[in-house]
Amino acid sequence: MTTSPHPPLDDDYQQYPQRQYGMDHSRYEWSMLTDRKPVIWPNGKTLAVWVNVSVEHFPLNPIGKPIKLPGNMTMPYPDLRHFTLRDYGNRVGIYRFFDALDKHGVTPTIAMNTCLVERYPQLLDAVIARHDEIIGHSWSMDTAHAGGMDEAIEADLIKRSLDVLRGKTKQPVNGWLSPGKSESANTPDLLKANGVDYFCDWVNDDMPYPFHTKHGDIIAMPLSTELEDRFVVMDNFHSEQSWAEQVIDACDFLLAESQTQGGRILSVSLHPWVMGQPHRIKHVEAVLQYIMSKPDVWSASAGEICAAWQTAQIKSEKQLNTSIGG
Amino acid sequence: MTPEPQQLKSEPGHYDYWPYRNRPKITWPNGARLAFWVAPNIEFYELNPPKNPARAPWPLPSPAVAGYSIRDYGNRVGHMRQMKLLEKYGIRGSISLSTALCTHHPEIIEMCRERDWEFFSHGIYNTRYTYGMTESQERAMILESIETIERYAGKKPAGYLAPALSHSEVTLDLFAELGGIYTCDLFHDDQPTPITVRGGQRFISVPYSLELNDTIAYVVNKIEPRRYGQMIKDSFDRLYAEGATSGTVMCIPTHNYQVSCPHRMRAFEEALEYITGHSDVWATTGRKIADYYLANYYDAAMADIASKGKR
Repeated sequence: MTTSPHPPLDDDYQQYPQRQYGMDHSRYEWSMLTDRKPVIWPNGKTLAVWVNVSVEHFPLNPIGKPIKLPGNMTMPYPDLRHFTLRDYGNRVGIYRFFDALDKHGVTPTIAMNTCLVERYPQLLDAVIARHDEIIGHSWSMDTAHAGGMDEAIEADLIKRSLDVLRGKTKQPVNGWLSPGKSESANTPDLLKANGVDYFCDWVNDDMPYPFHTKHGDIIAMPLSTELEDRFVVMDNFHSEQSWAEQVIDACDFLLAESQTQGGRILSVSLHPWVMGQPHRIKHVEAVLQYIMSKPDVWSASAGEICAAWQTAQIKSEKQLNTSIGG
Repeated sequence: MTPEPQQLKSEPGHYDYWPYRNRPKITWPNGARLAFWVAPNIEFYELNPPKNPARAPWPLPSPAVAGYSIRDYGNRVGHMRQMKLLEKYGIRGSISLSTALCTHHPEIIEMCRERDWEFFSHGIYNTRYTYGMTESQERAMILESIETIERYAGKKPAGYLAPALSHSEVTLDLFAELGGIYTCDLFHDDQPTPITVRGGQRFISVPYSLELNDTIAYVVNKIEPRRYGQMIKDSFDRLYAEGATSGTVMCIPTHNYQVSCPHRMRAFEEALEYITGHSDVWATTGRKIADYYLANYYDAAMADIASKGKR
């Protein structure tokens, strides 16, 4: 007779209704990266470099519903320490980023909490003047999209975030990154319904792939969390030097893989409040310099990479049809 | 009714204390001093698994985009990268398999078979925990995993690693009763050791490793990639040196949603290159180590443990 401190399980614990070929859900198709048609980026380049800069606002009075995202206030109210350190990114760090990006000829993509376009018009002007692609990043870092969220509330949140961002930036804004990459089950459907063509929340691939929604497919773009500055430096407590080595090792590895398997994407996700600090910015500069020194690199925005990928899919389908027809 | 801690066992009871020094000498095939194996975990995690009151599979409300999608990365992207690497260094993988993956992703199983990799059982899904299972429920789960491997890989598994390292008091007993010969669940030694099971079967532990497990290193201990590579090399150096006295075992358990990310491949490759650059290393599989130990050293080990236990 054995003893267990654990509650007994329901009978369905040993039922496996989703055990079927492919995925255990119907959001996307099962596909191994090595089975797909190789992609070549514009001008014969093999490695697309996507530098994502998340421009974020963490309110001093977070509600934290349905979940509290990383980076939010942790101290008793008023948590001036965390509020101001995040705000530092929008006042100081972002401008260090702009200089570093420009110095090395890097095209960034800006994921922006919409509340910032109203709060900080000068920051909005600076971003608009650069003509960088801007993608939706919800209203603030306290508007988490997550399971248990009321669909109507989320629908309004997404619509409002996109409407205001599009209105103020005069850009189409057809990309999206959910705060903390957190979603409810409805998020992809609501994004597609609001004219979003690609989103960057799922980290299950190194290349784009079609993701099913109620309103047609949306493209899932691969923005690595494992290599993100905040994750590496703040969550994993790795040194800045190590973060730089990791990006460089990834760059080398993907470049080599792209020589034999077709185009790859190196995604580098940056936060001005993290890497914009004086002791860290030189590592961003070193990484950008290293990446841009590689002749096979194509620096492009997320939307450009997504479009090039879609073009490549259409081309390979046409080739297939031609060969079948011939 | 929940039992008090006093009503639970104070130790696993699967082995006796047995000092590392002065054991009967192990020599691996061809005079090798270190048996080296790599154990890729090829796993399936469910997006919406049923609730287990003892452990939540995902930290946040469904859908667990972050946790689920990075694990799916291992299946879509990672395994093929590691296969290429292991091929380059002449290493056969010993895969720790969530057997539901045979249904979900048979292409991966086929690739493992083409490479003549060993399959061992890691339960059905890595989101179904042993906690709270009755003995007959756990036996059914383990048996089903064994039968699935036999059906898809052509051979019953010899080894077991409990799904998500979730155990009951009888996990090892059940696996031994169902014909298994080794467990990867215990981290008490750098050599194989006899394991006491209630049925008295000849059953052993083959050293796996928690410290060199990439998920433990990267996710739990938050190790920098190049340091992880150095840890593997340092671990090898010590076990290789000690292997001259009596053969040791070194395992690198991997998860391709961690070790096969682009920024971590270089450190892993350098470590494999370093290890396979040495002579007297037996690059092998879990089953081969278990078979060899059972045939050549199990009885001597049992006698030594018994004699030292008496004092």
